[in-house]
Amino acid sequence: MTRTALEEGVTRRDVLKVAGLTGLGAALYASGIERLLPRALTAQATDQVPFYGTYQAGILTPVQNHIQLVAFDVQTDRRDELIDLLRRWTRACARLAASLSLGESDSQYVPPEDTGEAEGLSASHLTFTFGCGASLFAGDRFGIAHKRPAALRDLPTFDLDQLDDKWSGGDLIVQICADDQQVVFHALRNLTRIGRGIVKIRWTQAGFQRSKAADATGGTPRNLFGFKDGTGNPDLTKDKVRNKHLFYQWQDGSPWLTNGTFLVVRRIQMHLEVWDRTILKEQERTFGRERASGAPLGSTNEFASVTPDQRTLHGETQLPADSHTAVAHGTSKEQLLRRSYSYQAGVNETTGALDAGLLFVSFQRSPDQFITIQKRLAASDRLNEYITHRGSALFACFGGIQKGGYIGDALFA
Amino acid sequence: MRHTKSLTIGLLSMTTLLAACSEQPAATKPAETKPDPFEQVVADYRTYAIAELDQFTKKTEAFTTAVKEGDLDQAKALYAPARMHYERAEPIAEVFGDLDPKIDAREGDVKESEWGGYHRIEQGLFEKGTTKGYENYATQLMEDVHLLRAKVETVDVTPELLVTGATDLLNEVSTSKVTGEEDRYSHTDLYDFAANVQGAEKIYQLLNPALKKQDAVLSKEIAARFADVNALLEAKKSGDGYVLYTDLSKTDVNQLSQAINELAEPLSKMGIVLEG
Repeated sequence: MTRTALEEGVTRRDVLKVAGLTGLGAALYASGIERLLPRALTAQATDQVPFYGTYQAGILTPVQNHIQLVAFDVQTDRRDELIDLLRRWTRACARLAASLSLGESDSQYVPPEDTGEAEGLSASHLTFTFGCGASLFAGDRFGIAHKRPAALRDLPTFDLDQLDDKWSGGDLIVQICADDQQVVFHALRNLTRIGRGIVKIRWTQAGFQRSKAADATGGTPRNLFGFKDGTGNPDLTKDKVRNKHLFYQWQDGSPWLTNGTFLVVRRIQMHLEVWDRTILKEQERTFGRERASGAPLGSTNEFASVTPDQRTLHGETQLPADSHTAVAHGTSKEQLLRRSYSYQAGVNETTGALDAGLLFVSFQRSPDQFITIQKRLAASDRLNEYITHRGSALFACFGGIQKGGYIGDALFA
Repeated sequence: MRHTKSLTIGLLSMTTLLAACSEQPAATKPAETKPDPFEQVVADYRTYAIAELDQFTKKTEAFTTAVKEGDLDQAKALYAPARMHYERAEPIAEVFGDLDPKIDAREGDVKESEWGGYHRIEQGLFEKGTTKGYENYATQLMEDVHLLRAKVETVDVTPELLVTGATDLLNEVSTSKVTGEEDRYSHTDLYDFAANVQGAEKIYQLLNPALKKQDAVLSKEIAARFADVNALLEAKKSGDGYVLYTDLSKTDVNQLSQAINELAEPLSKMGIVLEG
């Protein structure tokens, strides 16, 4: 099929165009993309995102309904074993993204190669995004220590951080996203199975957001505080914007990471009970937006520019300077591509409260973009009263994978 | 947990059992689809398993005698080592879906009124600190073990039973032993753990010459993973036995559990030898 070429040419570009009109944080796949596609494209082909390309999938891809992040620690010290795994993962991911099974075994006496729960399911926009953490370079286990990008190191400790080791760090990361939770789980399970003995799971976290089916308008998703979150993403339809804010450039110091990007993951617990006891006015002044429309306080339109200094006739700022929106926005010099999801993980055993919050995911050309913003937030965000950062990790995500190549091949070249 | 599975294996094997001839075990089966090359392997495994069950019978004799004579300390000391023989030969012992629960059911696996065997006595010895009231359980256990030993002569050992048995042994470890649920009163789970691993390794060793020819890489991988598991177990040795489960740290348990899964994954592919 010519699907791949068409998809590269049609969906990615056009989806971005549409996404850009309403802000990329809004996941728009369902909302009219189909109309842009040539009739020749079958329904099945339209929900496949090519695994291969200039950039890894799952970054510019419109946000899917589900995410599973999985961080692995590499157990082997052998470079050839690690590379072999990356090759086997490459094959598996390319097949899964094309909604193909991992393989059929012709023996009755061995377990099936594919675990089978995604049999007959469509690809559901399944994407894989791979990256590596600073610890992969530590001790030069794989002869790549000299290739560690200077910016790839532990994030600084921010004020108020309450990090738990079990949600932090990792030698390798895989971001798995799709519109179907079973498709996502199948991918997680099989990657883990393929990697057994070479890597082991350090942590894994699942996230969700409102499904595209539930919001046909494709509006900005709401977080668990009930507010629209992700409105202020940069317009990534423009090459210039992408290259400036999102993708690592060869001149940034580590050529192997060209067209890659840095991924920040933060597990941010939301104290829902406390928030739910807060009056609406205070909620809005804390977040800095109207809850109903998502408009920054002082404006009526969700996408109005954020102007912290604007004052009412009485001289008080309409958008409190310490509101989340105002502090995050700052001077707007630093921009991130946020691709966050909500999480829920049952009940906190100690408190009996729901353990839920934000699985913050952002992509940026340099970790400094995130660090600058997070320093500001940690210092003065009014929202801090309602949230606690529990997990943190930074990864360098590889550039796109070419057919015949394998995940991270430039790093091992 | 175990019983659903053992029942299935039991039923499957019972059908072939009818055709089995006890004097000449492996060779004279008429409708066998398996290739001849495994004749020796199967015979060797029978010898191994039966030797283990002989030991099991002998040590159960001593164990139940101690219980009946009210020698609490002696009974406690004999409990875990005796069970190891059963755990090594479990692929065969489990074939008898009716006897396995009688000998080895844990509390909650069967109805309270039917619960007897090793773990019932374990509860008396280690939790209640007494042999009193457990004499009848000891008598019944001895009878069941004798019956098992007699019946085992008739088991139809197939190469397929070996292949699935090896992986099942490790699955047993990863679902109940590594969690401390098997010997919940005595906390001697590591004895069972080690015995299951040894039982699986025996099967691997028997099949390995055939496996090496088919897939030398897989064979080497399995050997290396057995070495990893055995090294972890070695580190938890204490005298002739092992440390108590309650003395393991969270990290210990996690390491053991991961190592078992890493071994079981390649081991589950050992079935390729049956393709000939």
